[in-house]
Amino acid sequence: MDYLSLVWDWMVSHRDIIVIQTINGVVTGMILALIASGLTLIFGIMDVVNFAHGELFMLGAYVGVVVLATSGSFWLALVLSTLVVALLGAALQITTLRPLLGRDPLTTILATFGISLVLQNYALWQFGPVPRKIQEPFTGQFELFYLVYPWYRIVIALLSAGIIGGLYLFLKYGTYGIWIRATTQDRVMAQAMGIPVPWVHTAVFAIGAGMAAASGVLFGPLIGVNHAMGLDWVLKAFIVVVVGGMGNLGGSIAASIFVSLLEAYAAIFVSPAQAIIVSFVALILTLLFRPTGLFVPTPK
Amino acid sequence: MSAQPPAQPLVAVDDIHTFYGKSHILHGVSLAVGKGEVVGLLGRNGVGKSTTLKTIMGLVQPSQGQVRFEGKAVTSLPAHKLARLGIAYVPEDRRIFKLLTVMENLRTGLDRYGVSEARKQALLGKVFEYFPVLAERRNQAGGTLSGGEQQMLAIARAMMLEPKIVLLDEPTEGLMPRMVSQIKQIIAVLNREGVAILLVEQNVPLTLEASQRVYIMEKGVVRHHAVASELNVNDAVIQQYLGV
Repeated sequence: MDYLSLVWDWMVSHRDIIVIQTINGVVTGMILALIASGLTLIFGIMDVVNFAHGELFMLGAYVGVVVLATSGSFWLALVLSTLVVALLGAALQITTLRPLLGRDPLTTILATFGISLVLQNYALWQFGPVPRKIQEPFTGQFELFYLVYPWYRIVIALLSAGIIGGLYLFLKYGTYGIWIRATTQDRVMAQAMGIPVPWVHTAVFAIGAGMAAASGVLFGPLIGVNHAMGLDWVLKAFIVVVVGGMGNLGGSIAASIFVSLLEAYAAIFVSPAQAIIVSFVALILTLLFRPTGLFVPTPK
Repeated sequence: MSAQPPAQPLVAVDDIHTFYGKSHILHGVSLAVGKGEVVGLLGRNGVGKSTTLKTIMGLVQPSQGQVRFEGKAVTSLPAHKLARLGIAYVPEDRRIFKLLTVMENLRTGLDRYGVSEARKQALLGKVFEYFPVLAERRNQAGGTLSGGEQQMLAIARAMMLEPKIVLLDEPTEGLMPRMVSQIKQIIAVLNREGVAILLVEQNVPLTLEASQRVYIMEKGVVRHHAVASELNVNDAVIQQYLGV
């Protein structure tokens, strides 16, 4: 019996679920990319592994909950939450990380881990253990085979892609984007060229924090908002940052979609909770066989 | 024969002591560069020439002593502020931004506050006139340039800051003779425009020719100071401190 034709027959007879899972994978992948690109940008430029990134995502969702409750506008909640958390990120960077620049990476890991505990417990104290819900801005649906699929999920993917595209254009063409890329490559020489490196670091941390917050608000309607919601996502974000190559923005985005698709397809065969295993398998295989990352050119 | 340092130096280094960790590199270096002057800094490998430049640029902090720029103490200022004041640095290993294009490398120094678009274009035009090859390769990644082209880019990038002084660390190291004479020309051009240069070199004839004064360093201190035109390669002092 020909295996290929067996697989093909199976794919044809299951095309509905394959299409659905592809869309699911891309949607989750885009959200993950939004979180991971901040994480990888911060790592690339300051060699800081930001263990508080998940909490910035969580805090973004909570700020979104508060703004949505007072103003009733989801879009206002999205914008304000991004700005508020970006400012908070800048403040955290200036007070906690800037003094540690150039020290042993362990100190920044401990510092960001400390921040994450403080933020988590602050959220628990302030908002309590009961998950909040963010109402999606519209409830339209369309038919996808036997499912009614919410348009909002498609919008999330498009918005995330838009934000990441904006970041790319900013990094590629903007003066500050050039400053960020120059600083990422050679911190000392960037400074000698008159680039205010400490402020570039702060700005990058703020951008990363803002993007995490935006993904928190965007994803809020699909998952409950609670103080521990950052944990799962930051773990996944770490996986894709490693799989994509530490500090490599394009790699992280590709890896986000790759890993999310793997998980979505795995969920066809096993329960979603078990499907998470495949991302760890991808992580372990990457570390074993291509430790600089799957999506980076072969190092010379 | 000893030379007189300028009465009102652009950059004055006064008795600086610099450490890397526990190793004492500079043991009280003093030197001065006047406005528009080319000053050579000679010495064997490892005597602290590059460290002197790094200390002036604010990339390493001296534990003692002072650096003054236009009469003001700038010893504890961060490098990016010194660059804005008018000190440019061309390091020994060039350190161009390899993943940035030639144009983006130049823009790191060009995109400053208060520089009009016309002025930017004029600066770029000037640099591309001196280094036509950079204009040709403006959209190419810096890392793909040859060694000599990278050296040109490093100098061109420094010129984007419109500096009052360029700290030039071994610009001819590893370059072929044609490139060396081009570097010599560009030093002369910069000098004509009134830019001061502190030139660290292993190439003694080139340094003596390009500079007005030279300092000779040994073991972390300046041992000798002379008018460049009064020295030649065969002098006893050159043999003593630089001979092999």
